[in-house]
Amino acid sequence: MPEYQNIFTRVQVRAPAHLGTAPEVDEIFERENLTTFSYWIGKFGNAQIGPIYLGTWGVISLLFGIAAFEIIGLNMWASVDWDPVQFIRQLFWLALEPPSAEYGLAFPPMNEGGWWLIAGLFLTISIIAWWIRLYTRARTLGLGTHVAWAFAAAIWLFLVLGFFRPLLMGSWSEAVPFGVFPHLDWTAAFSMRYGNLFYNPFHMLSIVFLYGSVLLFAMHGATILAVSRYGGDRELEQITDRGTASERAALFWRWTMGFNATMESIHRWAWWFAVLTPLTGGIGILLTGTVVDNWYLWGVNHGLVPTYPEVWPPVADPASGGAP
Amino acid sequence: MNRLLTYTVLLGMLGLAGCELPPQEVKQVGYRGVGMEDIQSPERQAELMAANQPPEVLPPAPAAGPLASEVYQNVEVLGDLHVPQFTRLMNAITAWVSPEEGCAYCHNLNNLASDEVYTKVVSRRMIQMTQYINSEAKAHVGDTGVTCYTCHRGKNVPDYIWFALEDKTADKVIGKMYGQNMPAEATRLASLPADPFTGQLEEPGLLRVASDSAFPGSNDKDVKDLEKIYALMMHFSGSLGVNCGYCHNTRAFSNWEQSPPYRATAWHGLQMVRTLNADYLTPLQPVYPDYRLGPDFGDAPKGNCETCHQGVNKPLYGAAMAQDYPSLQSP
Repeated sequence: MPEYQNIFTRVQVRAPAHLGTAPEVDEIFERENLTTFSYWIGKFGNAQIGPIYLGTWGVISLLFGIAAFEIIGLNMWASVDWDPVQFIRQLFWLALEPPSAEYGLAFPPMNEGGWWLIAGLFLTISIIAWWIRLYTRARTLGLGTHVAWAFAAAIWLFLVLGFFRPLLMGSWSEAVPFGVFPHLDWTAAFSMRYGNLFYNPFHMLSIVFLYGSVLLFAMHGATILAVSRYGGDRELEQITDRGTASERAALFWRWTMGFNATMESIHRWAWWFAVLTPLTGGIGILLTGTVVDNWYLWGVNHGLVPTYPEVWPPVADPASGGAP
Repeated sequence: MNRLLTYTVLLGMLGLAGCELPPQEVKQVGYRGVGMEDIQSPERQAELMAANQPPEVLPPAPAAGPLASEVYQNVEVLGDLHVPQFTRLMNAITAWVSPEEGCAYCHNLNNLASDEVYTKVVSRRMIQMTQYINSEAKAHVGDTGVTCYTCHRGKNVPDYIWFALEDKTADKVIGKMYGQNMPAEATRLASLPADPFTGQLEEPGLLRVASDSAFPGSNDKDVKDLEKIYALMMHFSGSLGVNCGYCHNTRAFSNWEQSPPYRATAWHGLQMVRTLNADYLTPLQPVYPDYRLGPDFGDAPKGNCETCHQGVNKPLYGAAMAQDYPSLQSP
C-alpha cells in the first residue's frame, strides 16, 4: 500500500486489455480494438493505451483540426520564407494574423486575413465536432454529460474571442492572432486599449474562479491522498457509504476552517469553479469595447478605484497646452 | 528516476535561458503597495556604468585672435568662433566621431574648405542639430545638453540608428507578417511590430489609443493600433533601462495626473526626436552614399531614444558635457 503513495505508480498491475462495451453499428467507421501497454505511461496512470474510439465525429474533428493546424503552420513557415531553421527558431514569435480593420466582416484576400478566417472556421468545426464526440461518447457509456458541458464553457470563451465579439464590433480585426507570443502580446495590448482589464468585474470573477479551481484541486487532491490509507481514494464508495476516511477528512476541514465539503459536493465545487472561469471571462470579454470602452474609467465611476497619496506633484498633460 | 530528474532540471534551465540572472535590486518608486518599482540588475548596471562614461574635456581655448570666418573659407555655422576655439572644437569632434581617421574623415586634406567629402556636409548639419537640441529642446535635455559624443561615442556612425523596415511578406499569397511576429531588437524581442519608428518617430501626432470615456462611441482605435505604440514603448523602456513604472502608473497608463514626472520629460523627448528626424536627419538622404542608406527603402539613418540613451535613463549618466563646449549651445 505505501508503494502507491507516490506521484509515480511504482507497482503496475497487468491484466489482459479491457475492451469496454460493444461497438455501435451505426458508425461509419468500425471501432478498432487496438490496445497496447506502455510501461512509462503506467508510471503516471493506466498502462493500457486504447482502445481508441474514433467514430464519425472524431474523424471530422481530426480532419478539420489538422487542416487548421496546417494552415496556421504553413502561414508561419511562409513568413520565414520556408526556412526550416528559422521556422523552429522563431516558432514562438510567428503568427497567423486576423484581417485588418479595413475589411470589416467581409472576406479579405487570402494573405490579408483570408487564411485566418478559414483556419478559424476549420478550428471551430473541429472543436464543435470534438464536443459532439464527447457528448455522444458519454451518452453511449451511460454517463452524464458533465465533461461535454465543461468543455462547452471553454468553447464559449474561444468563440467570444474569435467570433461573437468581432461580430458585435463589426470587424474580424478584433479577433486574436494564432501564435504563441503574438496572442500574449495581443492580450496585453487588449487590456491597455480598453483601459486595464483588471477593473472589469467579470475578469475579476474569472480570476477568482481560476485561482479557486487551483486551490480546490490542491485541497481535494491533498485530502484524498491523506485519507487513502483509510480507503478514502475509493471516493465513489465513500460517497454512498461514508467510512472513517470520509469522516476524518470532513472533521479535518471542520477543525481547520469550520466547514467541509462532502465527498460528493467537492466535485460539484470543482466542476463549477472550473466551468465558471471561462464562462465569466467570456462575458467580460464580450462586454469590452461593446458596452465599456475603458474599464479603469468605468471603475472610477463605480467606486472601484482607490486613491493614493501623491508621491510626485501631479503631472499635466503636455499636449493639452499645459507645457510648451 | 534520477536521470529523469536531471533531464527535467536541465530542460527547465533551458526554458529560463532568456532570463536575467539574479540578484536584482528593487527600488520602490511609487506609493507603497501599488507595485511601482524600479528593478535593476547590479551586474548589468556595472556594465552600463563602464560603457557610458564621458570622455575627457579638452582644455578651454582663449576667445582671442581672429574669427574663424575671417581666416577660413566656407565656414557656415561656426564662423563666429575665434580660431583657437574653432580649432579646439574641431579637435573635440575628431576625438568624438573619427578618432582613427582624423581630419580626413570629413575634410579633403589638400583643401579643408571643400564640401566634396559628404561627411563634412553631414557634420555641418549635425552641428546645427546639436545647437538646436541644446537651445530649443531644453524641455527634454535640460541644462545637461548633448554633444556629438552623446550619440557617436567615438564612432563614425552612432551604434543605435534605425531604418524603415519593409514587410517582405505583404505581396505573397501566404504568410503575411504585417511587419511583426519576429524577435525584433527594437521591441526587446517581443513579437510586436518590429519597426515602431516609421511614422511614430517622424510625424507629429498623439500616441493615444485608450479611450478618455468609459463608454464606446468616441474612439475608433483598435488593438492593432495599440500594439504599434506598445512596441514603441518597449523601445523607450529598453533604451532607458527602466520599467513601465518609471513613467506610468500602470493601473491607468494613459492617466497623466498619476504619472511620474519623467513621463512629461519623455513626451518632450518624443517631440524632439520627431523634429530631429524630420528636419535634420531625413533631409540628408541625398547627401549619403548608398552604403549609409537603409537596406529596404534607401532611407537616411535616423535617431530614436537609444541613439543617445544607450541603456541609461540619462545619457552618460547625466554628465553635463555640453557646458564645456559653448559653441554647441546655440546657433
